[in-house]
Amino acid sequence: MSHAAVADTHDHDHDHKPKGFVKRWLMTTNHKDIGTLYLIFALTMFILGGAMAMIIRLELFQPGLQFVQPDFFNQLTTMHALIMVFGAVMPAFVGFANWMIPIMIGAPDMALPRMNNWSFWILPFAFTMLASTFFMDGGAPAAGWTLYPPLVLQGGQNLAFAVFAIHMLGISSIMGAINVIATIMNMRAPNMGYLKMPLFVWTWLITAFLLIAVMPVFAGAVTMLLTDHYFGTTFFNAAGGGDPVLFQHIFWFFGHPEVYIMILPSFGIISEIIPTFARKPLFGYVSMVYATAGIAFLSFIVWAHHMFSVGMPLGGELFFMYATFLISIPTGVKVFNWVSTMWKGAMTFETPMLWAIAFIILFTIGGFSGLMLAIAPADFQYHDTYFVVAHFHYVLVTGAVFAIIGGAYYWLPKWSGNMYSERLGKIHFWWSTISVNVLFFPQHFLGLAGMPRRIPDYSTQFAEFNMWSSIGGFAFGLAQIFFIVIVWRTVKGKGTTKATSRVWEGAKGLEWFIPSPAPHHTFQDGAPVNDEHLAHVSSH
Amino acid sequence: MNRKTNCFKNSCKNFLWLAIGLLFSSFAFAEKSKYNMTEGVTEFSKQAYDIHMIVLWICVVIGVLVFGAMIYSMFAHRKSKGVTAAQFSHSTTAEIIWTVIPIIILIIIAFPATKALIKMEAPTDADGKNIVMDMTIKVTGFQWKWKYSYLDEGISFLSTLKADSNAARQANPTVDLYEVENYLLDVDNPLVIPVDTNIRILLTADDVIHSWWVPAFGWKRDAIPGFVNEAWTNVKKIGTYRGQCAELCGKDHGFMPIVVEVLSKEDYANWVKQQKGEQEVAEVKNNSEWSQADLMATGKTVYDSQCAACHQTTGQGMPPAFPALDGSTIVNGPIDEQIKTVLFGKQGTAMAAFGGILSESDIAAAITYTRNAWGNTAKDAAQPQDVKRIKNS
Repeated sequence: MSHAAVADTHDHDHDHKPKGFVKRWLMTTNHKDIGTLYLIFALTMFILGGAMAMIIRLELFQPGLQFVQPDFFNQLTTMHALIMVFGAVMPAFVGFANWMIPIMIGAPDMALPRMNNWSFWILPFAFTMLASTFFMDGGAPAAGWTLYPPLVLQGGQNLAFAVFAIHMLGISSIMGAINVIATIMNMRAPNMGYLKMPLFVWTWLITAFLLIAVMPVFAGAVTMLLTDHYFGTTFFNAAGGGDPVLFQHIFWFFGHPEVYIMILPSFGIISEIIPTFARKPLFGYVSMVYATAGIAFLSFIVWAHHMFSVGMPLGGELFFMYATFLISIPTGVKVFNWVSTMWKGAMTFETPMLWAIAFIILFTIGGFSGLMLAIAPADFQYHDTYFVVAHFHYVLVTGAVFAIIGGAYYWLPKWSGNMYSERLGKIHFWWSTISVNVLFFPQHFLGLAGMPRRIPDYSTQFAEFNMWSSIGGFAFGLAQIFFIVIVWRTVKGKGTTKATSRVWEGAKGLEWFIPSPAPHHTFQDGAPVNDEHLAHVSSH
Repeated sequence: MNRKTNCFKNSCKNFLWLAIGLLFSSFAFAEKSKYNMTEGVTEFSKQAYDIHMIVLWICVVIGVLVFGAMIYSMFAHRKSKGVTAAQFSHSTTAEIIWTVIPIIILIIIAFPATKALIKMEAPTDADGKNIVMDMTIKVTGFQWKWKYSYLDEGISFLSTLKADSNAARQANPTVDLYEVENYLLDVDNPLVIPVDTNIRILLTADDVIHSWWVPAFGWKRDAIPGFVNEAWTNVKKIGTYRGQCAELCGKDHGFMPIVVEVLSKEDYANWVKQQKGEQEVAEVKNNSEWSQADLMATGKTVYDSQCAACHQTTGQGMPPAFPALDGSTIVNGPIDEQIKTVLFGKQGTAMAAFGGILSESDIAAAITYTRNAWGNTAKDAAQPQDVKRIKNS
């Protein structure tokens, strides 16, 4: 309670929230409301994509075809990935960015508030369009989220809907990224130098540049699919002088930076949480910034490691293998820095800290399998097996999603003004962490034993681990319903206590010097940035 | 407060056990094939396995050190122990150490990896001379079967999922999959190759991208329409090896296994002789006039193995992607048009060009069957000669 006195210095005028649902939510230009909309949208898509995963795991529970036909199974794996990547993980991070970046740098709002509204409201329409393909003749896209031609061109009219949905998502992402960059570059409070910014802001700044660089590439690739399908071009059709592998190069030139778009903001969130609960400044702040920039740069020159098996020249294979090796160096720096931040701290283990620690361990396991996959001669065995499925779910679920959930627990008291129930939060954590490992760890074994990915049925030798994996999957899915209950109860103030402005004893950064819940408008008269209040300044 | 501290303590204890359990599970089972890659039967699979194991162990050691430090810290440096947090926030020495050590480890890994790659892509013997290939097999991927062509012998045949697996994998199976030996991993005509022979394998595809993978041989390589990919193998051990298509290729991607029978050189020579004999019989069949009954009987077999995956045994298809043949205007229209469709496929649809896949007699039989099965009553027949005429026109 000793820090309660710090609160409420900036916001004398009260809220001025717009009245009425339409004005408050549809027409909002407020970064906090738009952040909330993004987060609710992401959670909705997380449940939708998760429901598809549940059907997939149900079908894979035992050998044989019990519930869905192979073609529908392929539609589910494709849509599960598209929805989780573009509907859940990316919008969740944009939600965090909207809520936290202006507050963290002492800005009153995002730089381009009307564009902010637009970039959010594109999303529900884009996803309605994408999901509507399930109800069309021939169903949803079924060629995998990688949309490789010629297979994807065999689909029916869903291709046009998927392509235009992707265009809209791209527009939304690019506008969001421009907004983040404009905000960070122009709206930092006086005395908030670049190297005083919280790491979450830094990681998002770099992520935004990645988005601007690669979303147009993806849009170009899918547009070529569109013209190949409808207008008789032959970009990817060998019979017309085209090249099916060209698509893979373009796709992964987008796709590899894309996977870092989904992980760099996680690094930022973890770098906020760990110092707070270790009560110690982040170790190696500057090297963290350089490591993030280094990872972002390398992400552009490693794309073909997704394609070792297409038949590349030896020189190409060697280059992409070595370049991929290099990524483990800055990533290692990050992990070592987090551990050093914990070292000799005075740690407590509230729910956000638990998620952050699980992130470090489990993401690192995903990193290890990533290093293994980088080795081309071994990748000839791993490629397109469940080993890959295990790898990217470790980095995306126990990586990105764990960081999102940890961040949600970390900032929820600030957003809602109420402390979530620590007991329920811990139950959610242990339930999720145990089940997610039952879900994904056996998939390593499946892949090594030879089970290809994207198959609806499998030989009986794979039955045991698939059953375990499905059981873990159902338990993990259920745990996330429990998460919604916890969030709902917190927001509604059921069984909760009021949050203080500081919330966490060891918290540093501007967001902890405004009241909880954060007022509708913050820092309208500028933010007094005192080095003492910042997390990263003591290192200089 | 006390209860809370205990709760933290318990949380961490559980976490420790979980982490240790995870680590051990990753190497305790590493020697068994159910949990791990196998050494396989070629030089490449051995190389892949060796590198895999080296890197796995390196990862385990790094994991033990890093997670060990973390877990120690979680116990020793917790607030409930009354410690005060140190405030150090960087150390150039430490940062240099943990940048340089990973670089050294990566260089150590890069050596065997580079060597293995060069061996595969630019094969040379111990004296640095290029390795000579003894024979060449062309592998062509189709939705959803493989075609194997022995370029030196003039033998070629299709390889599809075996009938018992196919029956057991349907939504309402007529066969119990647990009764099927090698469920989903068996084919009608396996690829047959000799042991201890350098075999060049050329890969291409007819429709979409497939990927040919036999884990025991140590690599997979994509079969891409319009491309000819090259790989090679030399199997050291006689036996039967199984694999699957490893690139999503449509609805039956999970149902186009690969089976390779590796024979001794004598057995292989005999097999080649026998195949050539059968090829001659097939040639005779292609040149003779068939009775309606023979066409219908053969036609049903061909239809069920080659056409029914899409058009269904009932002829009802799966519209809109796979149209019904029962009542179809093409099947009930002029016979030459139907022969053309089957021979050359239909652009922009999943209908493949079967001219390069099936023999003329098989095509004639299947067409005759579709024209006189279900509700179709064309009452005519296609002869192998008709198919040959249109194919060559």
